Amino acid sequence: MSTVVDAAKVALAPGYRLQWEPAQQAHVLLYPEGMVSLNESAAEVLKRCDGRSLLALIEDLQQQYPDADLEADVREFMEVARDEGWLRVD
Amino acid sequence: MKAGCVSTEPSPPLWLLAELTYACPLQCPYCSNPVDFAHFGPELDTQEWLSVLREARALGAVQLGFSGGEPLLRPDLEVLIAEAHRLGYYTNLITSGLRLDAARVERLREAGLDHIQLSFQASARELNDRMAGTASFEQKKAAARLVKAAGYPMVLCFVLYRDNIDCVPQMLALAEELGADYVELANTQYHGWALLNRERLMPSAEQVKTAERATNQYRAQSDGRMKVYYVVPDYHDGRPKACVNGWGSTFLTVTADGKALPCHSARDLPGLSFPDVRRQPLREIWYDSPLFNRFRGFDWMKEPCRSCPERERDFGGCRCQAYLLTGDAANADPACSQSPLHAAVRNAVAGAGESVSSQTLIFRNRRNSLTDAKPEPAPRKAQTWTP
Repeated sequence: MSTVVDAAKVALAPGYRLQWEPAQQAHVLLYPEGMVSLNESAAEVLKRCDGRSLLALIEDLQQQYPDADLEADVREFMEVARDEGWLRVD
Repeated sequence: MKAGCVSTEPSPPLWLLAELTYACPLQCPYCSNPVDFAHFGPELDTQEWLSVLREARALGAVQLGFSGGEPLLRPDLEVLIAEAHRLGYYTNLITSGLRLDAARVERLREAGLDHIQLSFQASARELNDRMAGTASFEQKKAAARLVKAAGYPMVLCFVLYRDNIDCVPQMLALAEELGADYVELANTQYHGWALLNRERLMPSAEQVKTAERATNQYRAQSDGRMKVYYVVPDYHDGRPKACVNGWGSTFLTVTADGKALPCHSARDLPGLSFPDVRRQPLREIWYDSPLFNRFRGFDWMKEPCRSCPERERDFGGCRCQAYLLTGDAANADPACSQSPLHAAVRNAVAGAGESVSSQTLIFRNRRNSLTDAKPEPAPRKAQTWTP
């Protein structure tokens, strides 16, 4: 599968919704007849998928977590999320 | 979850299936509704449903299916959707599409509905209308176009049975033409009406293989825009389905007349009492009722399930199927090749797909429901349809 380029605008796919679920103590991604329970880092990335570019998203995360070496992980996760159909990448 | 670890608090329900009504303009002979629905008491009213929605949400339910029968027949559907939306549910409408016009789609959208699943009985009009028991194919196509025009994600659902399973490529083509985002190709599960009609509905092993090949071929060749879910036929697969993800673990069904069930077929089971949401808080029903605890965890299991390494994956399969085919709901699901009673399923498969079946389809309608009080594997007398 192809990589998500820096300038690509990333957003949740139509019909997808991210929300905090107290009963599961987790963020979940909701979509037609389905649900994924997210770990904390996945939720932090998906929260920022609001139409900004991948580069801007990574910069924002790095500012929030200055001690973490997260760029490679984020790029890989974006590809997985896109291939799962969770994201619209323009 | 750890094996044998039953002292822990059960997990909360995540899915609520609200079967709003058993009225339906269609009469599909594979319907999963209870065969004796015509004998049930009055439907929950608006206020009672609103309480159910609030209580289930407070427990943790977040995916919500409005189903039936045909949920569009409830004039208060928009009221229920609006409250569900406000509560934070992801709302799915599971419908035949009949009587869905542009104005109604707009009202559903305004209420906050998230998604619509439309059923088709076949990819061609003649067979679709014959199985639905009414002319509906063109209305369904029109409904699909309205759903897409309103910007909804759309799931098209085809239940697969002997007379349509050879048309998987045509189903996928129709779904593409209508702009579906997901297609569900669901092999018939033999409960309720489908069990009454099993001999007439079950495809041959060869047909099943061909359908799987066609599905995989489509997946390999398509651009992936339209996702295809294929629900495997447990009868042919030799593996039981992980029914309701484990009894009382995830799914909560509330029926039109207010019974709370761990699965929508649970009323088939004998010797159990079914809690009523009008009389008991849902929290108490979910955590404390004998029904929801009856097959929770693993302690209820007999051999071969009890010592089986697969038990945490398939939970021993389907309790209703175990009862209907072996007479004991605590037996292993006979769809499992490890079940000592697997022959019940093997024989049904071996006889399937013979060119002539003497069985006539029993359509799902009020009249037949009044005649056929309880589902049993043996075919019985009822109003039938003849071509």
